[in-house]
Amino acid sequence: MSRTVLIVGTRKGCFLLESDEARRDWELRGPFCEGWPVYHAIHDAGSGTVYAAAASEWLGSSVWRSHDLGETWQQSSEGLGYGDGEGGLKLSKVSGLTARDGRLFAGAEMPGVFESRDGGETWSLLTTLDGQPGREEWNDPANQPPGHLGVPAILPHPDDAARYWAVVQGIGIFETTDDAASWTPRNRGLRADWPREHEEIGFCVHKLVMSPADSDRLYQQNHVGVHRSDDAGVSWTEITEGLPSEFGFAAAAHPHDRDTFYVIPLDAGHGRCMPEGSAAVWRTRDAGASWQRLSDGLPQRDAHVGVLREGMAIDGHERPGLYFGTSTGQLFASADEGESWSELASYLPGITSVEVAVLD
Amino acid sequence: MADLHLPSTLPPLFAGLPRRLELDVATVGDALDELDRRWPGLRDRLCEPGPALRQHIHVYVDRRRAQLDTELEARSRVDVITAISGG
Repeated sequence: MSRTVLIVGTRKGCFLLESDEARRDWELRGPFCEGWPVYHAIHDAGSGTVYAAAASEWLGSSVWRSHDLGETWQQSSEGLGYGDGEGGLKLSKVSGLTARDGRLFAGAEMPGVFESRDGGETWSLLTTLDGQPGREEWNDPANQPPGHLGVPAILPHPDDAARYWAVVQGIGIFETTDDAASWTPRNRGLRADWPREHEEIGFCVHKLVMSPADSDRLYQQNHVGVHRSDDAGVSWTEITEGLPSEFGFAAAAHPHDRDTFYVIPLDAGHGRCMPEGSAAVWRTRDAGASWQRLSDGLPQRDAHVGVLREGMAIDGHERPGLYFGTSTGQLFASADEGESWSELASYLPGITSVEVAVLD
Repeated sequence: MADLHLPSTLPPLFAGLPRRLELDVATVGDALDELDRRWPGLRDRLCEPGPALRQHIHVYVDRRRAQLDTELEARSRVDVITAISGG
């Protein structure tokens, strides 16, 4: 029987939860990573390693790794920093991790992508996306939002190791097909409710996902709206209509059906909580033509909770399980594609990321 | 030999690293170099590129605030402190 493992990053360490295929009973372990704030923790299916991007207020940024599902951990930041030749760039944190084909990518702020080819023991700078429109202005302090700009995510292509997409906060999506030698902005059709100096950039992409069933089908939760692409990001169509809010962070694509996609709408104001204190995940089964509110088992009153960009995950079971963690430490799960929910943990530290792995 | 005292948050990160050890070195920077030689990666935890001590890492030599170039005497006591911050 397969095991289902949740990898949960929090503001005070990483936690692991384990269950079987039924996903009814869960065992929680942690905190790991010495209680460091974890921004994104993942499981590398290729090596079986758990990685956690973390940044201690005292001891700096580092990437932790565990080869035995949390029993033992090491950390390294060797090479994980901008050198003197990088125009004064300073690495303040590692925002997002992606493992693929024996490589580990780390998106960083200030904006750049580092890679490790030895399982996180050493790192090297892969790209700072130099030459892209407006690139020289990205790090201007006057342009920095409260969270600062960085590269929160790398989305790999499943069949082409040299092809992947990078998201730059507040700037947009860029695609490379030659392993970061060159990049192309991929934001055509997106909406922006603010003036932009450059036609191709200036879009606020919160979360970009690809359908595991169709690599041309991408979805994104944007600062303004939810959007779909049927041509691998070359063009985008807005599919927000029917949702209670155009704003949100987390998103997940169904593993078997390219037309099924999930988001968690939030109030767009500074609170950024689920609307009216009522928790819900929203699902489309027709590529965004219509949306269903999924809330059975979720708190429906006085639930002023938010979910961050990496805070939702979906597993690969035949009937997929859906999981999300709130920035106030509640972890919810559904073993039936979101139809019904249960609370797996109530008092974790603020949750920054949720990932799931199914192990044979 | 300088008498070096390390914060409790460091030993969990490096196998065999004690809280207290003696080093025959000339400056605070030399002490961190020696620590990094014995426990690779340790300097990254205490220093930013430059190098400079991280913002919330304070070093005291014989009770006086020190920097990387602060010289050590034969019997100096060196305290590495994680400053009070966070919550």
